[in-house]
Amino acid sequence: MTMYGVPSHWRRYKERYRLSGTRCETCGNIYFPPRKVCPHCRREGKPVSMNFSGKGKVYTFSVIRVPSEGFEAYAPYVIGLIQLEEGPKVTTQIVDCSPEEVYIDMPVEVCFRKLREQGKEGIICYGFKFKPTTDAILKK
Amino acid sequence: MVGIVSYGVYIPRWRIKTEEIAKVWDQDADRFKEGLLVEEKSVPSLDEDTVTLAVEAARNALNRSPEVNAKEIGALYVGSESHPYAVKPTATIVAEAIDATPSLTAADMEFACKAGTAGLQACMGLVKAEYVKYGMAIGADTAQAQPSDALEYTAAAGAAAYIIGRDSVIADIEGTYSTTQDVPDFWRREGEGYPQHGGRFTGEPAYFTQVVNCTRGLMERLGTKPKDYDYAVFHQPNGKFPLRAAQILGFDKEKVMPGLIVTKIGNTYSGASLLGLASVLDQAKQGDRILVTSYGSGAGSDSFSIVVTNLIEEKRDLAPSTEFYINRKEYIDYAHYSKFKRQLRGFVN
Ligand SMILES: [Zn+2]
Repeated sequence: MTMYGVPSHWRRYKERYRLSGTRCETCGNIYFPPRKVCPHCRREGKPVSMNFSGKGKVYTFSVIRVPSEGFEAYAPYVIGLIQLEEGPKVTTQIVDCSPEEVYIDMPVEVCFRKLREQGKEGIICYGFKFKPTTDAILKK
Repeated sequence: MVGIVSYGVYIPRWRIKTEEIAKVWDQDADRFKEGLLVEEKSVPSLDEDTVTLAVEAARNALNRSPEVNAKEIGALYVGSESHPYAVKPTATIVAEAIDATPSLTAADMEFACKAGTAGLQACMGLVKAEYVKYGMAIGADTAQAQPSDALEYTAAAGAAAYIIGRDSVIADIEGTYSTTQDVPDFWRREGEGYPQHGGRFTGEPAYFTQVVNCTRGLMERLGTKPKDYDYAVFHQPNGKFPLRAAQILGFDKEKVMPGLIVTKIGNTYSGASLLGLASVLDQAKQGDRILVTSYGSGAGSDSFSIVVTNLIEEKRDLAPSTEFYINRKEYIDYAHYSKFKRQLRGFVN
């Protein structure tokens, strides 16, 4: 049986597996998700791919209590807007962290998790999520 | 000489206590705690599996060895009995996630709880023959047990990754030796959700025969004696078995305790002996000699004799310790455990 969405997931491996974005060598701007063209420099831009350190802070967050289909078992869970060390912001689930534990400016780091499964027969999509940093846990 | 360049571990955050499981089945918690010496076990989150555990351990191993470029890893093996796909290697996903692709050989290993050490031996061979600069061997499992089976008290989740190489090693591997025999002590047929086991039969002819003979075989070949070792790590399906194996072989209990972590996290299957070794490397000093013997049902053992070098000090703190992960915990009740293990009927994803 042919599964839909397999090629589109595969094309985003670098971004989803390794938190890979784009840096423009002309203006120095950094982008996530990756861009083919620098929106600032347009034709003069020289976009190259770069891996982020995976460290950041919680810029803002929201607790999801009424989840969308397929995520019922995860509720309640935390969705955060993470400001990466390098600048760009990423929307992601914050795991290993209950709604009571999360706070603005909490230091977080990237981790590798299952994003979703295409039923029992389909592929398992893996990718990044964020979790509290080791230092943040040790300080608690 | 071939040795360990780096190591990294990962244990999920969730724990369930022996009492909590015993309560559900009206069993005597103290009997299991005394019989197994397991107080609690680790449980993976809904979005964790053997692949994600292996990636976290692999990344910790890379963080502990800044001199290793992931692209220089020429071989990657993931040993597990809980690979998420029946067809589609875990090792491919791990290699992609750590950016070791595309120039490497990769494969999944299977040999019950000793698949991780089987990968370690394969890496040693390739490194020693200079086919690859570095090899990475991972033991990872999210073990499944039939609800109310005795195995439910111990079947846990965890992973350990080792980078094998010739240079900048934190520990030399002096030698390795294995034993293998056909013993039907534990098995799972294709398509079945949970493993079956031979009850009491799993002890004598299986675990103890392999672990004891393999360890003796290695020491005979190297001309070493139990007194030559500062630490001993044996596969730990529970707390009792490794202590008894140590007693039969003549290793003091004090040499086993630093690597005996099953009491706090349960049996991590392919991760177990490698996590035990990591726990020892977290505290060993230059010159310390460590004996490691894994065990896989079916049945067989791999033994290793390892001597720690001075480089351990500068690399040790570059990644979280085993103790950090053991202490990073949150307890769940049996209802949440069932949800996390997807044991609830009609629960699709
Ligand atoms: Zn630009």
